[in-house]
Amino acid sequence: MEQYQTLEHDVVVIGAGGAGLRAAIEASAAGCTVALVCKSLLGKAHTVMAEGGMAAAMANVDDRDSWKVHFADTMRGGQYLNNWRMAQLHAQEAPARVRELEAWGAVFDRTKDGRILQRNFGGHRYPRLAHVGDRTGLEMIRTLQDHGIHQGIDVFMEMTVVSLLKDGDRVVGALGYDRERGRFRVWKAKAVVLATGGVGKAFRITSNSWEYTGDGHALAYEAGADLLDMEFVQFHPTGMVWPPSVRGILVTEGVRGEGGVLRNKDGRRFMFDDIPDNYKNQTARDEEEGWRYVTGDKNANRPPELLTRDHVARCINREVKAGRGSPHGGVFLDIAWIKEKVANSEEHIKKKLPSMYHQFITLANIDITKVPMEVGPTTHYIMGGVRVDGDTQMSTVPGLFAAGEVAAGLHGANRLGGNSLSDLVVFGKRAGEYAAKWAKEKGAGTTNSAQVEEAMRLALAPFDRGDGGGGGENAFAVQSDLQGTMQDLVGIVRTENEMLRAIEEVGQLKSRAAKVGVSGHREYNPGWHTAIDLHNLLTVSEAIARAAVERKESRGAQFREDFPEKSAECAKFNLILRKGADGQMKVVREPVKPLPSDLQQIIDENK
Amino acid sequence: MAGQTKNTSSTGASDRAPRTFRVWRGDGQGGKFHDYSTEVGEGMVVLDAIHQIQAESAPDLACRWNCKAGKCGSCSAEINGQPRLMCMTRMDQLPPEGPVTVEPMRAFPAIRDLVTDVSHNFRAKKSIKKFSPRKPDAPDGTWRMQQADVDRVQEFRKCIECFLCQDVCHVLRDHHKHEEFVGPRLFVYTAALEMHPLDTENRLGDLKNKHGLGYCNITKCCTKVCPEHITITDNSIIPLKERVVDEFYDPLTRLFRIFKPAK
Ligand SMILES: Cc1cc2nc3c(=O)[nH]c(=O)nc-3n(C[C@H](O)[C@H](O)[C@H](O)COP(=O)(O)OP(=O)(O)OC[C@H]3O[C@@H](n4cnc5c(N)ncnc54)[C@H](O)[C@@H]3O)c2cc1C
Ligand code: SF4
Ligand code: SF4
Ligand code: FES
Repeated sequence: MEQYQTLEHDVVVIGAGGAGLRAAIEASAAGCTVALVCKSLLGKAHTVMAEGGMAAAMANVDDRDSWKVHFADTMRGGQYLNNWRMAQLHAQEAPARVRELEAWGAVFDRTKDGRILQRNFGGHRYPRLAHVGDRTGLEMIRTLQDHGIHQGIDVFMEMTVVSLLKDGDRVVGALGYDRERGRFRVWKAKAVVLATGGVGKAFRITSNSWEYTGDGHALAYEAGADLLDMEFVQFHPTGMVWPPSVRGILVTEGVRGEGGVLRNKDGRRFMFDDIPDNYKNQTARDEEEGWRYVTGDKNANRPPELLTRDHVARCINREVKAGRGSPHGGVFLDIAWIKEKVANSEEHIKKKLPSMYHQFITLANIDITKVPMEVGPTTHYIMGGVRVDGDTQMSTVPGLFAAGEVAAGLHGANRLGGNSLSDLVVFGKRAGEYAAKWAKEKGAGTTNSAQVEEAMRLALAPFDRGDGGGGGENAFAVQSDLQGTMQDLVGIVRTENEMLRAIEEVGQLKSRAAKVGVSGHREYNPGWHTAIDLHNLLTVSEAIARAAVERKESRGAQFREDFPEKSAECAKFNLILRKGADGQMKVVREPVKPLPSDLQQIIDENK
Repeated sequence: MAGQTKNTSSTGASDRAPRTFRVWRGDGQGGKFHDYSTEVGEGMVVLDAIHQIQAESAPDLACRWNCKAGKCGSCSAEINGQPRLMCMTRMDQLPPEGPVTVEPMRAFPAIRDLVTDVSHNFRAKKSIKKFSPRKPDAPDGTWRMQQADVDRVQEFRKCIECFLCQDVCHVLRDHHKHEEFVGPRLFVYTAALEMHPLDTENRLGDLKNKHGLGYCNITKCCTKVCPEHITITDNSIIPLKERVVDEFYDPLTRLFRIFKPAK
């Protein structure tokens, strides 16, 4: 029988992005022993790629800002399907979490009077994003990492968790393998925190890295937890479109926040052509007013380029489909034009958007201080994820917590830019705190070796079919076909027929995945890793498609060509996906919890 | 898995053409170069080619990568002998003729293929005293800092921990002083802490006695390869050396220290 090593901790945190690191720091500060497990090296998680900033109503730049306005903005962006308790806690606690990062060594850009500078971003009423140029995520992850290494946390790098272990209803540990040798390990724990990030690799065009295969979503689902809001996948309006090998790589919204404008091939600023009613009051009437807004005029409204991401992405899609796109199937994003307004604009752009400048000059041979970029929508973020309690971040399975992108609720039907980085630290901290509390109250459970052995057998099965069993399916080929299916049939514009076809194709891909074979050794074998990840990708793909079929309306990130309007009926429920007793995926409607009157009042006041 | 060799012609600008990649494969015990042929097209970077080779002919070829946009510092390797990020090295920046060699960073022990054991860097970082801020400036627990005062520190904090500077530094690469010398990346890290306007810790003694600052003879090789264009030597190492000199060798400063707390 396959051997494995067993380790014991009070709390095991799976994932070392912003959410996982913050959870681990909190649990260890509460006196728990903590294991932190991640697929890559420390400091390389997705969080490192975040660019624009983290949202927190500190009111350093505009003193009209407050947690109440941030709360109302988040709810409006999420089309009121958000877990309002999370939206409230997030808005209230984000400023303290930003200041805490500063106390741990983060160096944010400054205002003239020496405080933390905040920038404009889509859907945020006031300048609200604390940032460091366009590398805010790097600042966050490095600060947490450098603080965390002195906390006595046991870090396990380049190890992948493949299964959660249960004792009755309760989660009591995790099984994983190390990439270096392919050996298995069991982490026994009193509480487990999932902080594994998102699912972007289910789509062909994405800003996400190989790590984003929905592992945490699938681990939780298999352990019996509810998934929530899986139909809501955010397509970021501005990804690179050319050259082909960089298609999908993100172009930060910060470009538009600094005055960048979108134009079609005729040079028209098409975003002025379609402004949704509920944002009319807050949108600039003309280009002049838009420019005044990005340069800090408090009496001006924001330019339409800074409307919510779902809307901007659909407008770009419309321009391209109508034949008004750029040569490589995108539209133009122009920041160079500000030379008409700003002296020394080249230096200004390089200072404000250094990594965008670097990215385009290196990867596309384009100098963004001189010419426009070509951009188009890219799969970016999933609002859906593990259903959690707003205060404690515990899932519907006892002992299993979730925070960050893998958790659902805060963002509802659409996330505002900058609300993820703040989400990570607000709810990462809470998850760590309540996981520690749980660990202290409940004590240890027992892991079951039969469960461990079965999970190891499944993980190793592709080797029997590979070298030993005559080949089998190629894991990369199945993954690539799945990405095609999701991109083409469950993408930015959806219809019932296409999605039903997608569900059928996912079913066929599942049978192919069950025949995947890998050859070679177990050490750093990407073919094997892809074979294991496939299972997770298929699970989340099915969940996305099933939920999207069930929501027969267009709301937030979901746009249905066959139901192009919002429906009052659909406003009343969230969708839950759960593994049925027969092993099949069930979609369940869960009524939206009514808002308490004080929060309702805040929303009404900020309409 | 055996690689195959094919003759290649040079790459046109827009159409796809086959190209040979000479990739080092092996582990801690040793290894050798294998040739793989794969098609390259416009805008492709070396990492794309490695991925194509994985998908087409060598599914167990090991390499690290995450962001594919020069932001995470995972994909460091030596391309045609130069330490670079694979994801930021475009094929059309390389000579059009001949095979492209790709090998792991040589200053670190090999694990498998392009993956090396970089744990030295994590251990070394842990040995550096952590950030410890002065008391908050304002009653609400916040500080005031001017942008001009944080510009330098922000330069250092751009570091993506690719460890390419460590890879070229002869003290590590040729003299293997990993136990006595933390390396340029960690000098940048120390400088970011020492020059942080809020920090109150003193790391100069450690720099001199534990971290081997004296081994650096300012060859500037590290600065040349930094993909973030951090001026490692001029802006971090030389000022640190000056501070160490002031602290330990300048009698006047030493005298002052009796009356004034350090920093
Ligand atoms: C290019 C880009 C720019 C962005 N810009 C912004 C921005 O400006 N503002 C903003 O608010 N948001 C932004 N976002 C979104 C935000 O960065 C992410 O949503 C956020 O970083 C997710 O953090 P996380 O802690 O949940 O997960 P991550 O940082 O992705 O970390 C996930 C961790 O889980 C680990 N993991 C995954 N599966 C397993 C497994 N099976 N076993 C063990 N470990 C596992 C991974 O190794 C990793 O350590 C951006 C995203 C991208 C892609
Ligand atoms: S300047 Fe110093 S640290 Fe940099 S490569 Fe030369 S010896 Fe090494
Ligand atoms: S200093 Fe530069 S070369 Fe060295 S690790 Fe950091 S980014 Fe890489
Ligand atoms: S993959 Fe992130 S730097 Fe190359």
